[in-house]
Amino acid sequence: MDILVCIKRVPDTGGRVNLTSDSRQIDTSSMEFTISPHEECAVEEAIRITEDQGGEVTVLALGPGGTTEQLRESIAKGAAQAILLESDDDNWDAYATAHAIVNAIKDKKFDLILMGNEAADMGQYQVGPRVATMLGVPCATGIKALQFQDGKAIAKRQDGNDWAIFELPLPAVVTVKEGINKPRHPSLRGIMAAKRAPLEQISMEPPAPKMVHKRLKLPQESGGQITMLGEGTSAVPKIVETLKELGVL
Amino acid sequence: MTLVYVEYQNGALTEASQSALSVASMFGGPIHAVALGSADAEVLKPYGVEKVLHVADDRLNTYAPGAAGKAVHQVISSQSAETVVAASTASANEILARAAALGDWGFASACTELSIEGDAVNLTRAIWGGSLFQEAQLTGSPKLITIDPNAFAAQQASAPGAAVVEEATVTLDDADFVDQLKSVETGEQQGIPLDSAKVVIGGGRGLGSEEAFAILEELAGLLNGAVGGSRVATNNGWRSHSDQIGQTGTQIGPDVYIACGISGAIQHMVGCKNSKNIIAINKDADAPIFQRASHGVLGDLHEILPALIEEVKKVKGV
Repeated sequence: MDILVCIKRVPDTGGRVNLTSDSRQIDTSSMEFTISPHEECAVEEAIRITEDQGGEVTVLALGPGGTTEQLRESIAKGAAQAILLESDDDNWDAYATAHAIVNAIKDKKFDLILMGNEAADMGQYQVGPRVATMLGVPCATGIKALQFQDGKAIAKRQDGNDWAIFELPLPAVVTVKEGINKPRHPSLRGIMAAKRAPLEQISMEPPAPKMVHKRLKLPQESGGQITMLGEGTSAVPKIVETLKELGVL
Repeated sequence: MTLVYVEYQNGALTEASQSALSVASMFGGPIHAVALGSADAEVLKPYGVEKVLHVADDRLNTYAPGAAGKAVHQVISSQSAETVVAASTASANEILARAAALGDWGFASACTELSIEGDAVNLTRAIWGGSLFQEAQLTGSPKLITIDPNAFAAQQASAPGAAVVEEATVTLDDADFVDQLKSVETGEQQGIPLDSAKVVIGGGRGLGSEEAFAILEELAGLLNGAVGGSRVATNNGWRSHSDQIGQTGTQIGPDVYIACGISGAIQHMVGCKNSKNIIAINKDADAPIFQRASHGVLGDLHEILPALIEEVKKVKGV
């Protein structure tokens, strides 16, 4: 089965976020970058499927030149090749992104397209369903278990304690959520091989988005004051007292 | 005209859809609603809905995002709606994304603030799990918008609407139902669910191992609470992913959240920000969680928790 996985490079934000001076972006000067979590699982799922059934995994990302880092990481884990739709522009809405992806793959054939349910940063919840609709193929979103039977994808979405089950004829678009699998770490050999792997790089024209990005805004600090209950085991009586006050003990 | 895509659950209009209906009045002009399958129009009157476009296709009573998206696309087009509003739910976002793709329209999801500027709509969206906001402008027509129901209170209109039901004629083929929900497997709840527990005990990197969670389980048992973990804990395999508290896991809102050995990464904090009280136990005084917690204890959880369990047992007489 030949699988396309669409991923996004996002900053690894840690505990505190500052904005750039023009407030358009997160200040990433002291941050590492990573594959958006749901998509990291999409890459893993694709590699497991091809290990089981044969076929190749192609990874695609839309983003700045540095995104080659996340694409090579995916190759190191087991993807066969990667495509970078290169753009430094920060004004890609879901509409423009879906068009760029559909345009980039129009001459290629895939049995399955995997994406994340939503990107960790912009969380638009749209690119997967948009791409599926534009390609005229079925789509299931928020999937946490995926199997194949008689040429169909059996996709399960968790809904509280229940599982909603979809059966999609292939080709199809499936967006997954973290928890569908536990992503592997790349092997050293994989990392070495990925350094030399060819990347298809396509420069993208500036988009004409329908939703124009203006700036980012930090939430108002709640201003809550912390009450320190003490240090080490000497704090235990105060913790107990607090639990009683809060009505849980 | 503003068209509101409304959703029902077990026959009742969802609270989230009530919020979406309340937002519609800000756009001026008449408010129409689009409802799929079985739908009660009467409940839409208090929100000033003048007309209800009803897609009376019983096949739509079972979730079918492709067919629903196509139906909504056709109603938006035939009614020449300028603005389309819905609540930002997984289903509405999926259905509107598919309608938007068919029409090549712009769609802003999860909006927390809206204002009108000429022909455009200025909006604020919750991003990064709600830890940050994006300000953007939606242009073109129609404009598709889903709103964060927590950011807009449900409010009835000053004057009720007639909610006249009009059967909407849409063309749906069997092929449009190819990705319809096939079946539902019902699972059983085990223990106290994280998202409704009154007390949650969470463990992070500081736990150090899967085994260390036993101590959290013991405390949770005494306090009638549930145990969760940070993304570090679930990625390390110390805890099942279904126990993850965070942006890519469960959102909790207990009376008391005891966060043990958790530094307070944004990914985690957006999952526990609705906790009424957070007691943070961490040996790093600079851990960001101390900026967000209501109560703090500085020290090693491996020493503090066993001592705390002994004291709690004494109080409970067990």
